[in-house]
Amino acid sequence: MIELKGKRVLVIGERDGVNGPAIEACVRSAGAEVLYAETLCFV
Amino acid sequence: MTFPAITAVANVLAHAPGLVRYGSKPLRDIAQDGAVLDAITPRLRSYADAVAYGPNQAFIGNIEPEALASLPRPWWQALDMTASSTGAFGDVIDETELLGLFKLCDRARLVHLDAATLSAAGAALARRGLVTADEMAALAPAEAAAIAALCRSGEALPLMLGGRVVGAVARGHEQDEALTANVLLENLAGKATGVLALRRLLRMTDGRVGPGDVDFVLAGSEEAVGDRYQRGGGNLAKAIAESAGVTTATGFDVKAFCASTLYAVFNAAALIQSGVFSRVVVVAGGSLAKLGMKYRAHVAKQMPVLEDVLAGIAILVERPGAGDPMIRLDTLGLHTIATGSAQQAVVEALVIKPLDKAGYRLRDVDRYATEMHNPEVTEPSGSGDVPKGNYRLIGALGALRGEIPRNGIDEFIAAHGMPGYAPTQGHIASAVCYLAHALRAMRAGKMRRVLFMAKGSLFLGRMTEASDGVSFILET
Repeated sequence: MIELKGKRVLVIGERDGVNGPAIEACVRSAGAEVLYAETLCFV
Repeated sequence: MTFPAITAVANVLAHAPGLVRYGSKPLRDIAQDGAVLDAITPRLRSYADAVAYGPNQAFIGNIEPEALASLPRPWWQALDMTASSTGAFGDVIDETELLGLFKLCDRARLVHLDAATLSAAGAALARRGLVTADEMAALAPAEAAAIAALCRSGEALPLMLGGRVVGAVARGHEQDEALTANVLLENLAGKATGVLALRRLLRMTDGRVGPGDVDFVLAGSEEAVGDRYQRGGGNLAKAIAESAGVTTATGFDVKAFCASTLYAVFNAAALIQSGVFSRVVVVAGGSLAKLGMKYRAHVAKQMPVLEDVLAGIAILVERPGAGDPMIRLDTLGLHTIATGSAQQAVVEALVIKPLDKAGYRLRDVDRYATEMHNPEVTEPSGSGDVPKGNYRLIGALGALRGEIPRNGIDEFIAAHGMPGYAPTQGHIASAVCYLAHALRAMRAGKMRRVLFMAKGSLFLGRMTEASDGVSFILET
């Protein structure tokens, strides 16, 4: 378990898994600051 | 109600180990460190091994994709050396033949090939019935000294066969970044493999549908043809049609990342349903950029660099005859902007909604064709088994709806899914590679209904965070 409150986060999501905007919404709700968010496609 | 039908599909492969170095990832890494090429070269497969590879045999229709489930992994060690390069749906051509096709498709006189290679390519392609002796004889070979001079100038890329320089592709303009030799080679690879697929399709339909019977050509490939003033100008469709002798048709391109080809198929059906045209061909050539995309993992795991083939596909869409499988235009699966990009929402839009509209349940569909990427290519780099991931999501949604028991998802996948077998040539792996198999199975009375679903990663172009996707049901 990681305490995200007050942390700065770089988000890399995946198209066929959990995408960037979804991870961004989660970590923001946990009190983190998102510095960068991107979704990648690996195929 | 009747809908337009798919009546013929060609699936082709071109073995291109000498072009792996020009794939986007190898090219960037070799520029940083020349030793990367030394690591890749001994891991490149022979043509015989590429032909004997189970997933490639499934792609060209000599075996069913489902047969791979019982083939021991790794598949690259379970080769069938008796397998043929000629399949029910198309050929696996070798790199000599591919270079000959580059020369045949080059209208700007930028491809230079030595006489021996050109002659061997012409003879091999003619044996397959894909070119005539006359059209190959009209192509002028280049002197070895001229090829060497071009390569030394830095204005051309060498074309290799077995480590030997046999030709070159020159740049198209001194300053235009859209016409560098790299970009032109990428576009030519897409064009040549599209031409290969379209010529193969016309061989299949010979006697019933000839080049003069096609009204319109839609291309759904991954290249961006253009110049400095319009980098993605496009219309490779017409360029492919011209080089395949389909001179009575016009056409245009459909661009939507990896969903392009499936979008093109339903657009072709819509053009026929509306009465604008009688016969439309959808064509897509291969992606040079994706050769060797995951070479690092393959080299690290001491396996062959499996991304060594370009793929092509051509699909004939026309008014249905008796028993022809039809594209259900009344139940298209569409990813609207409001759908969002969560995977659950995407699959609901592309699978559940079309089924609901048609009044079907998940098990009423015999087979789901999703993104059929070969897991043996993707798993070593940590990208997982892409088709299985999609099937799990469909199964989970079925469990949520009470159509599948929670402990029945694996059984659902085994019954309605299949192993991935397509090379990681995004737009072709995205469902359309199964059209040929579905057509064969439906004509044989083995299936009644298949759902095709493709996804597109629009966000990669930095213009939106939106996802994309499209689906349709094909049924007899």
